[in-house]
Amino acid sequence: MSKAAIAALAERFPDAVYDAYEGPGGDDCAFVRKERILEVCRFLRDDPRLAINLAPYITAVDYLGREPRFEVVYNAVSTRTRVRVRLRVKVPESDCRLPSVTSLWRGADWFERYCLDMYGIHFDGHPDPRRLLMYDEFVGHPLRKDYPLKGRQPLVPERRVDDVFRGPGPAGRD
Amino acid sequence: MASETDVVPAITTRLDEAEGFFSRAISKGLGWARKYSLFQYPFVTACCGMEYMTVAAARYDLDRFGAALPRFSPRQADLLMVVGTVNVKQGPILRRIYEQMADPKWVIAFGVCASSGGFYDNYATIQGIDRIVPVDVYIPGCPPRPEQVLDGIMLLQRKIQDQTHRLIESRPQPLPAGPGREPGAKAG
Amino acid sequence: MATNHPDQAQARPAPAPSELDAPLQSKRMLVNLGPSHPAMHGVTRAVVELDGEIITDMKLDIGFLHRGFEKSCENVTWAQCFPYTDRLNYVSSIMNNVGFAMAVEKLCRLEIPERARWLRVVTSEIHRICDHLTLVGAMGMELGAMTVFLYGIEARDLLWDRLAELCGARLTSNYARIGGVARDVPEGWIEKTARTLDRVAALREEIDGLLTRNRIFADRTRGTGRVSREDALELGFTGPCLRASGEPWDLRKASPYLVYDRLDFDVPVGTNGDNFDRYLMRIEEMRQSDRILRQCFERMPPGDIMVADLRYALPPKPLVYGTIEGAMAHFKLVMEGIQVPAGEAYSYTEAANGELGFYVVSDGGGRPYKLGLRAPGWPMLAALPHMTKGALLSDLVPTFDSINMIGGEVEQ
Repeated sequence: MSKAAIAALAERFPDAVYDAYEGPGGDDCAFVRKERILEVCRFLRDDPRLAINLAPYITAVDYLGREPRFEVVYNAVSTRTRVRVRLRVKVPESDCRLPSVTSLWRGADWFERYCLDMYGIHFDGHPDPRRLLMYDEFVGHPLRKDYPLKGRQPLVPERRVDDVFRGPGPAGRD
Repeated sequence: MASETDVVPAITTRLDEAEGFFSRAISKGLGWARKYSLFQYPFVTACCGMEYMTVAAARYDLDRFGAALPRFSPRQADLLMVVGTVNVKQGPILRRIYEQMADPKWVIAFGVCASSGGFYDNYATIQGIDRIVPVDVYIPGCPPRPEQVLDGIMLLQRKIQDQTHRLIESRPQPLPAGPGREPGAKAG
Repeated sequence: MATNHPDQAQARPAPAPSELDAPLQSKRMLVNLGPSHPAMHGVTRAVVELDGEIITDMKLDIGFLHRGFEKSCENVTWAQCFPYTDRLNYVSSIMNNVGFAMAVEKLCRLEIPERARWLRVVTSEIHRICDHLTLVGAMGMELGAMTVFLYGIEARDLLWDRLAELCGARLTSNYARIGGVARDVPEGWIEKTARTLDRVAALREEIDGLLTRNRIFADRTRGTGRVSREDALELGFTGPCLRASGEPWDLRKASPYLVYDRLDFDVPVGTNGDNFDRYLMRIEEMRQSDRILRQCFERMPPGDIMVADLRYALPPKPLVYGTIEGAMAHFKLVMEGIQVPAGEAYSYTEAANGELGFYVVSDGGGRPYKLGLRAPGWPMLAALPHMTKGALLSDLVPTFDSINMIGGEVEQ
């Protein structure tokens, strides 16, 4: 059923939707050009064969070393037609912006803020583009592959802790 | 007035026994009163909160230790139970709550995330709340079984009994280190 | 004294000033709720703009429990991710384990043995009951009914005792493995759990009797936090909150996984989409989970609990010490971990709170390249400002309760 959905998408947007494939476990996926993602999502929502009424799950992946570097992934399902599709949008680091789909589904709001916070991908037209999980004084985007795992940016100066395991010295040593 | 909490010096002169007799008795009495009437501030953040709910509920009853009533205002609490992971964003809030509490106050690090950061050794988590507030009892476990928590409370009660309590604290207490203040600075 | 009449849930128009009224200026008040929230829902900060008692606007500030789940999982092996997934929705942790295991098995194209599927369903449903008990207990407590909380915690404790016998831990169970489950049920566990379920059912009926027809509870939860069906879908609700708004979407029926297609259970659907409906959903779902569990106990077949593929499961000790293949497989699994073929997969399960999705990307190695989580509580929390606009400040409490925001999954 979802293959027909992807086929309908590819037929309607032959230049925007490309490389449709079937992932492991039968997921139906396609790549979408980032400028056209808003139109494609509007088609997803309004076309009666797809009728994606539930706000999609939007996440991003950092393929460091590959060009374009980021990929924004939309996993969408319809409760009416039971169609489930995955759309992948390649986003280069140099032009890290794509249109926001919050005008179509208000539930996409926080997912896009998460991508902004963790990866630095901006969504044009988002009503409230600020960080979601990290604090404002945080510099950088933690889920990028070049951000260190233990790159702590403390807000409160840490006390001197003397204990057997960590040894004497300021706690910020490790 | 448990005998296990009495510390008997090796050589006692009658002067030693006479001096400080009343202050020792008062200290023991105040210690007894304070350890059996702990007002906890449950600073609950994460999964350990579920075990905290269990400890406070009917089966593993915290009420029999006198520590039943949670006070959700730091001004009214004397035991700060930091339950669960404290991350860097939450750190200033924990510090502020600790500083707002009045003396005498104790801190329990409930769970391994509060004791040492747990297995979240990454950009977001403070590696143990003893990096921002002084801790009295650490209760490790992920999450600790309720029996462990009760053991931790009993340990804290023993510690409270052993501390020196005075009716009137004439010397100002040292403030914890903070921005603009050196560690060990005395309150004005 | 019904101040919570459904018609008055929206903003009231300001009364017209008359010449006898005192010229009092009133202005909007900004109140900060949290992040050290007394209501044990984890740490969320809500900055609420109030006009008297009416909420005109609310801004949510989250991130006070962000523990870097995704980044941590990218730096450990696949099997070491299970404890991290446990601590996402920590009241129903086995569902997180199962969801993650299903995502990786989808990538590896693994078929797990029959008994492992049944065991996953059994433990998931037990944890679903625990989640709903926690929610109902917390909801009762915050509206003043402390007894309900104590009954709920007692029932939850009974179930946790059974789970501790099975998994080893009460709360963060770490039970599922890639390719099956960790261990089989001990002797006599099924009968004991059936008796425990009877006791839990008795406590649940007691809680139901205390709350459902309770005048105070009904006054505070009926008509408050109402979400319409279209709004719920557009905001991304799933799970009991979506079904309470009238949309009959349950992944266990719509796209069955594990053994749900062979089980006979109903999916309750609400009508009003208010807090009372969401509460009733939880009670009814507990009854259905009970039904599912009893069917599972009767029909669970004996067999293997772990797939026999040596690339994913540790071989049994006689093979390790007796054959070269066993020793090699053991060595590779312990030193390098499971190697998952490159690709990406999205697995979706019906967790206690809604659609729990894991988007897994592998680069062919022993560590996840990306582990994205679709937290079911996330859209509901994001929609909280919409749900409480124009409501009284005291309506915020049951609304915040009934959406079952669990800090671990929302803030990953």
